[in-house]
Amino acid sequence: MPGLSTGRDVLDALHFITMIRYALGRLTSLVISLFVASLVIFAVIEVIPGDPAAFMLGVNARPDTIAALRAEMGLDQSVVTRYFDWVTGLLRGDFGQSWTYKTPVVDLIADRIWVSLPLAIYALILSTLIAFPAGIYAASRRGGPGDITIMGATQLGVAIPNFWFAMILVLIFAINLRWFSAGGFPGWGDPLQAIKALTLPAIALALPQAAILARVMRSSLLDMLGEDFIRTARAKGLTRRQALWRHAVRNALIPVLTIIGLQFSFLLAGGIIIEQVFFLPGLGRLIFQSISARDLIVVESVVMLLVFTVIVVNFAVDLAYAAVDPRLRARA
Amino acid sequence: MYHFKRFAASAVIGLWATTALAQDSITVAIQLEPPNLDPTGGAAQAIDSVLYANVFEGLTRFDADGAIIRGLAQSWDISDDGLVYTFNLAAGVTFHDGTAMDAEDVKFSLDRARAEDSTNAQKGLFAGIADVTVVDPLTVQVTLDQPNGNFLFNMAWGDAVIVAPESIENIASNPIGTGPFTFTDWVQGDRIELTRNADYWGPAPALESATFRFISDPTAAFAAVMAEDVDAFIGFPAPENLPQFEADPRFQVLVGNTEGETILSTNNKMPPFDNVLVRQAVAHAIDRQAIIDGAMFGLGTPIGTHFAPHHPDYVDLLANSPHDPDRARALLAEAGFADGFTTTLKLPPPSYARRGGEIIAAQLREVGIETEITNLEWAQWIEEVFTNKDFGLSIVSHTEPMDIGIYANPEYYFQYDNPEFQALMEELNATTDPAGRSALLARAQTIISEDYVNGYLFELAVATVAKAGVQGLWVNQPTAAVDLTGVSWSE
Repeated sequence: MPGLSTGRDVLDALHFITMIRYALGRLTSLVISLFVASLVIFAVIEVIPGDPAAFMLGVNARPDTIAALRAEMGLDQSVVTRYFDWVTGLLRGDFGQSWTYKTPVVDLIADRIWVSLPLAIYALILSTLIAFPAGIYAASRRGGPGDITIMGATQLGVAIPNFWFAMILVLIFAINLRWFSAGGFPGWGDPLQAIKALTLPAIALALPQAAILARVMRSSLLDMLGEDFIRTARAKGLTRRQALWRHAVRNALIPVLTIIGLQFSFLLAGGIIIEQVFFLPGLGRLIFQSISARDLIVVESVVMLLVFTVIVVNFAVDLAYAAVDPRLRARA
Repeated sequence: MYHFKRFAASAVIGLWATTALAQDSITVAIQLEPPNLDPTGGAAQAIDSVLYANVFEGLTRFDADGAIIRGLAQSWDISDDGLVYTFNLAAGVTFHDGTAMDAEDVKFSLDRARAEDSTNAQKGLFAGIADVTVVDPLTVQVTLDQPNGNFLFNMAWGDAVIVAPESIENIASNPIGTGPFTFTDWVQGDRIELTRNADYWGPAPALESATFRFISDPTAAFAAVMAEDVDAFIGFPAPENLPQFEADPRFQVLVGNTEGETILSTNNKMPPFDNVLVRQAVAHAIDRQAIIDGAMFGLGTPIGTHFAPHHPDYVDLLANSPHDPDRARALLAEAGFADGFTTTLKLPPPSYARRGGEIIAAQLREVGIETEITNLEWAQWIEEVFTNKDFGLSIVSHTEPMDIGIYANPEYYFQYDNPEFQALMEELNATTDPAGRSALLARAQTIISEDYVNGYLFELAVATVAKAGVQGLWVNQPTAAVDLTGVSWSE
């Protein structure tokens, strides 16, 4: 076996095996998490009071009509059967059929994701564009008037609820200036109009996030500026600003990226109130409408999809960390 | 800010005056989005709001004032015994997919609605139909079990529209009717678009196209109208903003009536409400005007019984229950509750219930009745209050037209069981002559008012805010509908 003749090759092979073992371990926990999540989601949603069929048919419906609709929705089957049907459907990529909309849940999600995902990305870009310069500037002018002003503004940004801020934006830019519509989404047929329609909601979502991000950026940078390698860099002859840009910013980004990752999942699932204020047809509004209409199959599938996204992203992050940091692999 | 607003408003008026000339489309907002587009398969009023009279038509229909007029049936004969209705259908009517509308479609629609596995939310409308026979392509005969004075009225409901077997399978997402507008697009969560039906059998509508948008949040509704994103908002959800629109020359405000009797529903089987003295005490404890002013910002007409005040057969019975807390306390003492009692007040989501509930709770506390308020979602309300009858008091607007018959059903959630009233309703159903019906309806209204079955609060009003140039909108809501047939822009 010539390939294994050197110690280097043996080490590489061992490295590879530990990596695979670690990935398998993570994968097992991913599958278990998903299974538990599906059980919890299904159970929680099943115990919400309110019969979906009775709700759809209203107060004048006759009991036999409600029974007929329950049969049509499959609600006359046992809970176990329905859970099993739902999970096996999900495994096949079949999210079921919405009871109220009477269209496949996949189509509903596909339509809505084209509002929620671009909105989340748009808001994230805006918040990053605001937070990075603000955080870096504040850190580099620590204690100065610029730093104090920015920190005061971010304090305010964290404190202002985004739905209130959204209403103020509507009042100024839609009602008074009439630069934007007060809400709604025209679709991606005309991308410029679509981006315009998402602008006020994205600003409303982005500003509080930017405030948090700017504070994290600043404190992370200040931590870095106290590290030995910065002193070394300064000792090498770099100016304070050069040391900041070449060494501190890059290292300070690690905690900042973690926060951005968390914010992204918040923006994707958490735009619900903003979607309500701007009557945008996004995922949050879909969940909201489906819960009040007791369209349980939609709620279950959308929530499951969000859980799936978060778990898979975490899995990817775990693998990425492990690839970078061997100590994590050893612990697995 | 003030000057700025003025400036913006005048700039807008200038712009709008130039664009108004060629207007043949309209954007109409309503609060709730239809869950699906099948008016024969769900109770959601939003389905009818979008589709009734625009996309779908029935044998008869409601006009703007609630009168029953001709629909697809151009005339009808009623046999002397009141059992056989012969409908003569309009000629040359086609569905939007090009297929002809004839007597077979009528038979299909009625048979489908009354079938055993039917999921029609108003199946009761069709309960008396014994047989539907096709006489020839333009004549259809409906035979009833027993005379039914309400039959033509029943056939006007959105749940009784005529559908075709060719297109029924996808009706929920692609509604195919015979109306003046065809369905073009539904961006779920945002809007539904309709286009003028070039082959419409009746007079062509003035509008070329219409867009329905769905804005549930009251603040967002205000913003959308102010920013002129929508041309009209039917059922504007924030009555507190109406004076502002009235003062603005860009807008007109229409306030009309609905068929919604808003009542303090009372569980007639649950002690102490099984005692008529207690129910009467509640009726005297209520100050209707305070509720209308406080919860509805003055919109609404006080009622003394379960009947619409604008109906010609309405009897004013407000004198049975004037606001009189002393009388209420005396009645409670007489009933053995001198120290009052505690009960539940379960409130569904609409603001008439949530805001009205707080006011009623305070008024009841005045006379010694303590209420535990619970806020419920609609689905919970239907299960807890409506189905399981687990409540003392609730507030709800009964929006179905002419629904006094619910008092004849002892199983109905407020559980009123009076054989005299039940016999009266049977007599009413069998009576077709108008004078006889009027007398019976008056008697029915009096019985429930004097039995203090529920606390009768007010008839729900509906507010529409529209741009000044929009004309022909319905002011009243005799049924859930936004009929665009007669809507146009003034020059």
